[in-house]
Amino acid sequence: MHDTGKVVLGLGLFAGLVTGPVWYGAGGGKGEPPVLERPLDAKECIEPTPFMRARHMEMLDAWREAVVRRDEREYLASNGQRHQISLTGTCLGCHTDPAKFCDRCHQYAAVEAFCWDCHHRKRRGT
Amino acid sequence: MRRRLFLQVAGLGVAGACVPIARALERASAAAPAPGAATGKRWAMVIDERKCLTREGCTACIEACHRGHNVPAMKEPRHEIKWLWKEPFGNVFPEQVTPYLTAAARERPTLVLCNHCDNPPCVRVCPTEATWRRPDGIVMMDEHRCIGCRYCITGCPYGSRSFNWVDPRPHLVGEPTDYPTRTKGVVEKCTFCSERLAAGKRPLCVEACEGLSCGALIFGDAGDPGSPVSALLRERAMARRRPQLGTSPHVFYVL
Repeated sequence: MHDTGKVVLGLGLFAGLVTGPVWYGAGGGKGEPPVLERPLDAKECIEPTPFMRARHMEMLDAWREAVVRRDEREYLASNGQRHQISLTGTCLGCHTDPAKFCDRCHQYAAVEAFCWDCHHRKRRGT
Repeated sequence: MRRRLFLQVAGLGVAGACVPIARALERASAAAPAPGAATGKRWAMVIDERKCLTREGCTACIEACHRGHNVPAMKEPRHEIKWLWKEPFGNVFPEQVTPYLTAAARERPTLVLCNHCDNPPCVRVCPTEATWRRPDGIVMMDEHRCIGCRYCITGCPYGSRSFNWVDPRPHLVGEPTDYPTRTKGVVEKCTFCSERLAAGKRPLCVEACEGLSCGALIFGDAGDPGSPVSALLRERAMARRRPQLGTSPHVFYVL
């Protein structure tokens, strides 16, 4: 055991590098949670905010299956209200600019959404 | 005595129940459609070539469809995306070309689109079920699930499918509609305007044609005996593209 010092130093460096982002975050860092622009005229989303925040991706998945594959175009929300199943038609009706809502969170979480490869980011009502 | 009464009443009851059953059976057999004809809801289209040809160079239906569905106009012919377009008659109906047909008649532009077959080869070869036949006959396309293998393009005997070799967005013409565009790497085609049918409207091409009071495109439910398209199909001889392949296309032509 001649190299104990080097090994300990190496382990320490490794641990420091691996946990680096945690220290960076804890020390303030740049990790500001995103500020989302909420719709002005709508009071609530089609489902409660915590549900939407956690599970909107599953809902959108279910929506696309419903519309494209089963031709079901109406969503019955938990509060009994009915909504047209449409990303551009319904979601963008209130969240008019995805750049100020979807993108900010997705960028922060480093999750790439490919919805906009095909779906329009702006509702035209046509 | 009680037993006898029971048997009499029960016998009468059974006999009474038989009458409506027999009537229903009779009705069912009388209304039974010919083999291969639609029984439930079955969307179909009739293209009346003679009416269509009265307006030379008319592309109202194609424009309405391609604009409404944000079909791009590619400059490179090999990148072309087509939902509804025209082909020379001789290419659309090669088996109907007789030696006496003039070159002009052989070349006359004939409207073509997805045939929404009863037995679609594209569906059979799709490995991801990105394309499938709905119970109402529409051969649907789910671009979310398409992996771009293009087996369906090879499978379709009518060339009704187009592949997005490049991102279509820069090639859109004019202001796009809310209908989603497609992305590089997926196959697309006509869906008989499933999104409009769901809203109780008719396909864009049919509306455009009717807007010109041309009436060359007739669309409706071939499974409903009272629909205009059913009446036409009953009364007029129709041509279908390459019927010998057994795909049973549901786009019919009055030649």
